[in-house]
Amino acid sequence: MQLHELTIRESLTLLGQKKISSVELTEALLNRIRTYDKNLHSFITIRDEEVRKEAASADNQRKKKVSKPMLGIPVALKDNFLTKGIRTTSASPVLDDYVPQYDSTYAKKLKDAGAIIIGKTNLDAWGHGSSGEHTVHGVPHNPYARGYVTGGSSSGSGAAVAARFCAVGSGSDTGGSNRQPGSYCNVVGLKPTYGRVSRYGVIAMASSTDSIAHLTRTIWDSAYVLSIVAGHDPLDATTSTQKVNSYHETLMNNYQAKIGIPKQYFEGLNQGVEKSVRKALEILEKKGHSLIEISLPNAKYAYPVYCITVSSEISSNLARYDGIRYGFDRSKFQDEARRRIMIGTHSLSTGYADKYYKQAAKARTLLIRDYQKAFMKVDLIACPVYPFPPFKHQDRDLDPLQMYLSDVLTVTANLTGNPGISVPIEFVNDLPNGLQLIAPHFEESRLFRVGFDVEEELQMYKKKPRLIA
Amino acid sequence: MKKSKKLIPTIGLETHVELSTKSKMFCGCPADHFGVKPNSQTCPVCLGLPGALPVPQKKAVVWTIMIGLSLNCKIARRSKFDRKHYFYPDLPKGYQISQYDEPLCSGGYMLTSQGRIRITRVHLEEDTGKLLHQKVNGRRMTLVDFNRSGVPLVEVVTEPDIHSAAQAKEIAQKLRDILRHIGVSDCDMEKGSMRLEANVSLTSDPHKLAKYKVEIKNINSFRFLERAIEDEIARQENVLKKGQIPKQETRGWDEKQGKTRSQRYKESAADYRYFPEPDIPPMIFSKQEVEKIRKRIPEMPDIVAGKLISEYGIKKQYLQVLMGEADLLEYAKDSLAEARNRNLDPDLVAGMIVNRKVDIKSTSPKELISSLIEKSKAVIGDETELLALAKRAMQELPKVVADYKAGKTASIAVLIGKVMKFSGGKADAGKVRRLLEKALR
Repeated sequence: MQLHELTIRESLTLLGQKKISSVELTEALLNRIRTYDKNLHSFITIRDEEVRKEAASADNQRKKKVSKPMLGIPVALKDNFLTKGIRTTSASPVLDDYVPQYDSTYAKKLKDAGAIIIGKTNLDAWGHGSSGEHTVHGVPHNPYARGYVTGGSSSGSGAAVAARFCAVGSGSDTGGSNRQPGSYCNVVGLKPTYGRVSRYGVIAMASSTDSIAHLTRTIWDSAYVLSIVAGHDPLDATTSTQKVNSYHETLMNNYQAKIGIPKQYFEGLNQGVEKSVRKALEILEKKGHSLIEISLPNAKYAYPVYCITVSSEISSNLARYDGIRYGFDRSKFQDEARRRIMIGTHSLSTGYADKYYKQAAKARTLLIRDYQKAFMKVDLIACPVYPFPPFKHQDRDLDPLQMYLSDVLTVTANLTGNPGISVPIEFVNDLPNGLQLIAPHFEESRLFRVGFDVEEELQMYKKKPRLIA
Repeated sequence: MKKSKKLIPTIGLETHVELSTKSKMFCGCPADHFGVKPNSQTCPVCLGLPGALPVPQKKAVVWTIMIGLSLNCKIARRSKFDRKHYFYPDLPKGYQISQYDEPLCSGGYMLTSQGRIRITRVHLEEDTGKLLHQKVNGRRMTLVDFNRSGVPLVEVVTEPDIHSAAQAKEIAQKLRDILRHIGVSDCDMEKGSMRLEANVSLTSDPHKLAKYKVEIKNINSFRFLERAIEDEIARQENVLKKGQIPKQETRGWDEKQGKTRSQRYKESAADYRYFPEPDIPPMIFSKQEVEKIRKRIPEMPDIVAGKLISEYGIKKQYLQVLMGEADLLEYAKDSLAEARNRNLDPDLVAGMIVNRKVDIKSTSPKELISSLIEKSKAVIGDETELLALAKRAMQELPKVVADYKAGKTASIAVLIGKVMKFSGGKADAGKVRRLLEKALR
């Protein structure tokens, strides 16, 4: 048995049967990380001694019949999730030496559930990027194709989960940052409904679109962890009091969905990507779901609206990094953050706010209406994640506009607050690809249920990465 | 400018008041920061640490609505918070959570002895930290204390309807009285829980605003408010007389010199890049909710004061003291009602309360009146005075006198009762008995 191949579900079973210990599991993963990550750059911080102690303590608790839903399971957290006493940099030199004095709610919930934080993963600094290239900690390589990007901004979590360094890595999805590395790294990337998971203690990128969740190798794992981390948080006024489901328990339910295929989301796609997605849609039809072509007439405004809204909020959220109370001063901000701060500041300035920020806010309601109308006809929307397959390092980073094109299919769900997921499907010329599913608010169960049909058929989680020691 | 035309001062007031809620506006830290060790009442939220989020406190919102209702404002059915951006070391997030285009309350008014002053708006925001300029190890340093950061702060803005320094002082004092009366702030200017700013300009055309305005800051008493405005009016008159237009600027009141002094010029409005605070959902209020809040507001001080004069005839100078303190006014109202029920002079009671001869925390109004009656009873001990009253009683009740003399000694009680009545209950009953016994012998 290869311990690093275990999913959360399998690990929990084996831990419960005392066939493995948390110490063994943790040790195996740390060894693997030490062997392969120097060439992969998925981690910024790897914990060591403390992890062993925590694993031993988890084993002890298990002996004493302590029951916790993640007891002894190693997890990785994106380095913009605050972890008390563990350096949290957001991959920016501004916070290079920042050690938080408190835990993010997401981290706290996993810790309370018995999980062990093995390290903090790489990202596009502050979450700004869709390729993983905006980092000072080494650009992560795609575990399936060295020299290619992982997708971003949760690049490190995507790469680490695909590389079998851990079964779950957390991620924040502001415009596609969990679904995109999900797609490019052949893992499941989840963006829950806005307000489903607390944002408290996750370094804010854009407060009105930041959605917190994780990347895993399987649908079951994604659903299981969501049922633990979701829920109302008195520390985040935007979290919902809506009941949290046991999402992992409804994967086998009998369900035939009406799935909307928006024609606008299939325009100008890379042919390989389109073929792979169409094939996945055929699987869904075969499983009894029906496909219905729909139209989202305002789709073309999504990216401009996203760019203005999110940049405006970024310029505001990064204002606190003045180097007075903690961290380094503003001179440490790098190009991408500076670009977005400038776009945002401009969009909010007197004389321009009416043309940009306020117009974007109005157009945002049009996008919300598009989705509302669509979900009166269909139960889910299906489409690609990226319009093109993974690209090589530095292929797009010279022209920010080329890079921004990566986001056109994912940003809408962030602006409308809808939940979405990226499910691994057939590779495109040996490069991973994903199918995106989008559901009405708080209907994450549908994403998992239908995503599970694709996973069951294709079993992409069995495809092993190609790592270099 | 023609000399013949009279210049009319146009004054608007902006008042900031810290609410006296237990905790801060967006976190659980204590709000009372006066005299507390620097940076001992902070948390990730009010320090603006990465990832921290504000959660608004309901009480502060309700109290702001109470202020609005007390100032006859319309209460917004939908309101929200906005971010106001500027850089300053005492502002940890780089923005202040405030309210921009949808304040909780707007369109109210207050009455002064010289007419109605319109209230533009009442909104809720958070206070900033405080800079302390100190020498540390021989070096001059600026330190930041974040205990005040995030304390709920209400801003009350008037229209420029005020036309004299005295009127400005009156309205400011009245605002303080109201806020103390409804119990939302201690409005202590020395502690900084009430801060005044005045916008002053002069115009010869009462229907038009001047093309400039001067903002006066750093005013920490009502007296200084009046003096600063007076000085500023005189200064602007001089400038205008020379045919010049005063500069648009911010001036500070210099207490030592008794003058306003230029602090900075404001050629154009600062760009605060306001936008709706995405971390806090908009607030929606039903009519019923607002009405429920309205019921919590006690009668306004001037209405209570009017009643105290018309019903009890108490002295006007007492009222000034009573109106400044909600507790005292409430106590006086109850005590005076009790005094009237028990035939005690209201003015005497009001005097006791105003001159702080009563501990209002430990003595209830009922107890106060009872003890005053007790005390007043012993007041007449003078034997000549008592003897005169005793003789009057004997004259009026010859039959009782005859009964007593015939051996019905118990009838002396009737005579004592009569004397007590003459004295308004103030006679010393023991002495009266002895005097009567002597006289009847």
